[in-house]
Formats: sequence, structure tokens, C-alpha cells
Amino acid sequence: MLSLKNVEVIYDDVILVLKGLSLEVPEGKIVALLGSNGAGKSTTLKAISGLLHTEEGEVTDGVIEFLGQKINGIPPEQIVRRGIFQVMEGRRVFEDLTVEENIVVGGYTRSDRAGLKRDMEMCYSYFPRLKERRKKLSGYLSGGEQQMLAISRALMARPKLILLDEPSLGLAPLLVREIFGIVKKINEQEKTTFLLVEQNANLALAIAHYGYIMENGRIVLDGDPEKLRSNEDVKEFYLGGGGEAKSYKNLKFYRRRKRWIS
Amino acid sequence: MEFFLQLVLSGLVVGSIYALVGLGFVIIYKSSSILNFAQGEFLMLGAYVCVAIFNATKVPFLAAFLLTLVFSALLGVTLERVLLRPMIGEPVISVIMLTLGLASVLKAVVQGIWGTDTQPYPEIFPTTPVRIGPLPVSQGYLYSVGSVLVLLALFSVFFKYSRAGIAMRATAFSQQVALSMGISVKRIFALSWSIAAVVSAVGGVLLGGVRGGVDGAFALFGLKVIPVVILGGLDSVAGAIVGGVIMGVLENLAGGYLDPLLGGGVKEVAPFVALVAILAVRPYGLFGKIKIERV
Ligand SMILES: Nc1ncnc2c1ncn2[C@@H]1O[C@H](COP(=O)(O)OP(=O)(O)O)[C@@H](O)[C@H]1O
Ligand SMILES: [Mg+2]
Repeated sequence: MLSLKNVEVIYDDVILVLKGLSLEVPEGKIVALLGSNGAGKSTTLKAISGLLHTEEGEVTDGVIEFLGQKINGIPPEQIVRRGIFQVMEGRRVFEDLTVEENIVVGGYTRSDRAGLKRDMEMCYSYFPRLKERRKKLSGYLSGGEQQMLAISRALMARPKLILLDEPSLGLAPLLVREIFGIVKKINEQEKTTFLLVEQNANLALAIAHYGYIMENGRIVLDGDPEKLRSNEDVKEFYLGGGGEAKSYKNLKFYRRRKRWIS
Repeated sequence: MEFFLQLVLSGLVVGSIYALVGLGFVIIYKSSSILNFAQGEFLMLGAYVCVAIFNATKVPFLAAFLLTLVFSALLGVTLERVLLRPMIGEPVISVIMLTLGLASVLKAVVQGIWGTDTQPYPEIFPTTPVRIGPLPVSQGYLYSVGSVLVLLALFSVFFKYSRAGIAMRATAFSQQVALSMGISVKRIFALSWSIAAVVSAVGGVLLGGVRGGVDGAFALFGLKVIPVVILGGLDSVAGAIVGGVIMGVLENLAGGYLDPLLGGGVKEVAPFVALVAILAVRPYGLFGKIKIERV
């Protein structure tokens, strides 16, 4: 459904952040993109959604294809209409809008009133807490509720693919588990495809069908969740009790060279 | 007492027009953080264009008025497209300077076409005053305050409930996040410039009707609007409205009571004195929003 081939991203004309990144997201799956802070995960998502434009970033090489069409260079508001919706890192709810107004804005690109109404109810059934708070300003919600709201906004657009950037950031473990459970449910019931960016590999791999690990602007390892979990280096990262060296940086460099150019 | 009431009343009329111009100013500021210093010129231009259409075509005044609104909406869209869009990404201060330049250009264009003499307005309101209690009130006052109230109510509903209105508020909060929702931020900017030009033109035409003519001094309304919107809180529509009304009344009272004692000039200064006093107590203005901070 989505494929990135040797994508290179440069910020401010000089800072090279993605250095030939390739990955694929098959339809209907949850694909996890893991990596430590600063690896370039958010940049990857912004390259796909087009939001890179707003940060002086540019895809300078490679191709991003969605449903067989090249989408790099298309403005972000049109990419949403093609069916890709990014839930940005840090939730980014419209704080001085109410919960319900946020949800309405999520459906901005659609005009089928009946469908919008139905989907609003769907959001409330996934996240009953939002329904209780629907008249509240979203700035006063807890972090977990804001994350639920950010996901609801995405659902309202009826996207084919949701790019979910670090939903666990700053949330209590119990809440994170709840949200991941709902993501899995949405994937199964609504058939929405997810590209899930996380630092919390354990949780992400628990719901993902496939995983990529990236470091320093490149994919260094990929495979089924089982394979990634059983990999010694990955294990060391998230099972290694010592507390030292908790970084993907210690991962051996597994990059297959230019696999997309044959 | 009657003198006082008369002052309050005419203050309300001017204040309601401040409110309109303030509304336009706030809409642009909210959606794009630009202070539009050409807001007063929008008002002046609207007043001139309306009477020009009326004189040239002999259509009923109401039709000329509606055409003026269409003209203003197009003006707003065009200005956004040719002047402001190329400035996206430039520092806000350059854009603000650009609106100052725009103000001078609009003034020059108006003077070039219509000269500096007052352009008389036809009688658009019935001339017989109506009595409210002991007070004879000109119908023009009632019509203009009434239409401002209706317009402001319409816009409140628009911002609160319509999808475009909600999208405008969302864009005001964060352009990047708005884009991620599929909102075309450029369209929102164009819409806000249109609305700003239209509400100002309405103010201009009402003012022309009440005063019986339009001249270059109409553009000064743009200057008065700065204390009005700062008083109201700069990013608050309700604040612009309340701020406008307060300023109009205050200014008139100061002019009526203090000018004779102090030999003039108080009317012009009063808004600024009030502004400083209020900001000392409420630094965010009357309705300014204090950013939501969570701990
Ligand atoms: N707007 C930007 N301008 C310049 N550099 C940026 C920008 N955004 C991110 N970067 C840099 O790109 C690198 C990757 O950042 P990011 O994609 O946010 O990583 P991650 O999401 O994996 O933590 C970091 O070194 C960061 O400093
Ligand atoms: Mg990130």
C-alpha cells in the first residue's frame, strides 16, 4: 500500500536526516517503526504526510508511493484527501476547541453528514471517556485523553492509513496498554492500516504484524515481531536489565545495501 | 442627563462600528498572527465604493450596498493571493510593514479617484427621529447599531458552529496541525481577509449613512481600532466587540465633558488612557486568553 524507496530528507538545505530509507506498509497491517530518540522516525512520517514542507524539510531523493502513485511533493492537505492521516507526536490537540469540535475538524475533508455523524459515534464508542467530556476544552484533558482525541480526529477522516507518532509518549503504562489495545481493535474492525512509530518496542511489537528498526536515518533491521524479539541485539535493548547502553545505537548495522535498486 | 444619554447613544453608534472593524482585525490576527494596519482603509474604501456604485448605476441603495460587499470579499481574496501569500514564511514584522504600505496605497488610490472632498451620501435612513423615553433618537443610529448587532450575532454563530468557522479557529491555534487535518490554510487566510474587508465595508457604509458623507478621515477608524482590540485582548472576537463599544462611549463622554474644560484633545487621548489603565489591571486585555498550562 505504502512504500518508501531510498528516501533522503534534508532540513534547512544542509541537515541530512534520512539517508536512503526504505520500508513497506502492506494494506490492512500494523507496521511498527522503532528507533531511539533522534533516529528520524518523525521525519519519516512527515515525509509521507507532506508536513515536512512546514518545517523547511525536503525529500531530496527517493520515491514515496501510496496505492501505486508517487506522493512526494504533494501538499499535506491533499495527502489527507488521498487517505493518509498523521497523528503527530505530542498529540497536538486544538486546546482551545472543545473535544467535539476537535472531532469535527478531524472530518474536515469529508462532506457526507450522515457518515460523519456515524463516525463520531464510533469514536465515542471506542473512547467513551471522550463522550463524557465532549463539551470540555481539550486543553484541559489528561494526556491519555488527548491521545484518544488525536486518534479520534484521525478516524473521522476515514483514512486508509494512519501514521501514529509515539502514542505512548509521557503516558502511564496502563493507559498506554489501553490505547494500544484500541489501535489493534481499530485495525481489525475498521481495516485501517497503521504505521506505528514508537520508542517502546515491546508494546509496539505486541500489536504489530511487522517491524522496522531504524537508526541514524536508516533501517538497520526488519522482520516479524517474533524475529525482532528473538534477535540478540534487540533483546539486549529492551530486555537487558542492566540499564546501561539502552540504545538502538548498539545494534549491529544490518542494512542491506540498496535493496531497492536491483 | 439628556446630554449624557445623547453622548452615550452616539458613542454606541461609533463604538459598534469600532466593533466591526475590530472584528475584522481580530479575525486576521487570529488566523495568521498578522496585524492588519489597512483595516481602516478597508472601511473607507467600502464607504466610497458603495456611494460610487450608487451614483453610477442608480440601482437601489441596498443593491449598491450588496455589490460593495461582493467587491470587498473579492478585494480580500485578491490581496491575500497577490500580496500576502508570497510572504508566507517571511518574518511577521515584514508582513505587518506590508499592510502599512497597503494602507498608504489604498489611501492614495481613493484620493486619486475621488479627490479629498467629502462625497455626500444619499438619505439612506428615514429622517424623522423616534422617541425612546424622553430622548429623540435618529433612526440612522438605530439602524446602524441594529445591523451591527445582527452581523456580530451571525459571525458568532458562524465561528461557533459552522465547519469553516471551527476550521478557522483550529488554524488560529496551529497552522501545522490544521494542515494535518486536511485544512487548506491558504483558503482559511483568504477567507479571513475577505471577512475582514466585508465587515469593515459594512462599517464604512453605515458610518457614511449616519454622517451623510464619506471622506479620507474615515481611515482614522483603523488607528482607533488598535486600542480597541488590545483592550479586548487581541485574539478575542467578543473582546473586540466589547472593547469597541466601551471605546466609542468613553471617547464620546470624554469629548463631551472634558474637552470644554481642558480645551479639546481629550476625546482623542481618552481611549489610550483607558487602555493603559485597563492593561495595568488585566495584562491580557479584557477577554484575552491565557494559554492553558497543565502541570
Ligand atoms: N525541523 C527540523 N529542522 C532541523 N532538524 C530537524 C528538524 N526536525 C528534526 N530534525 C533533526 O532530525 C533528526 C531526527 O529527528 P526526528 O525525526 O524528530 O527523530 P525521532 O522522531 O526519531 O526522535 C534529529 O537529529 C533532529 O534534530
Ligand atoms: Mg519523534
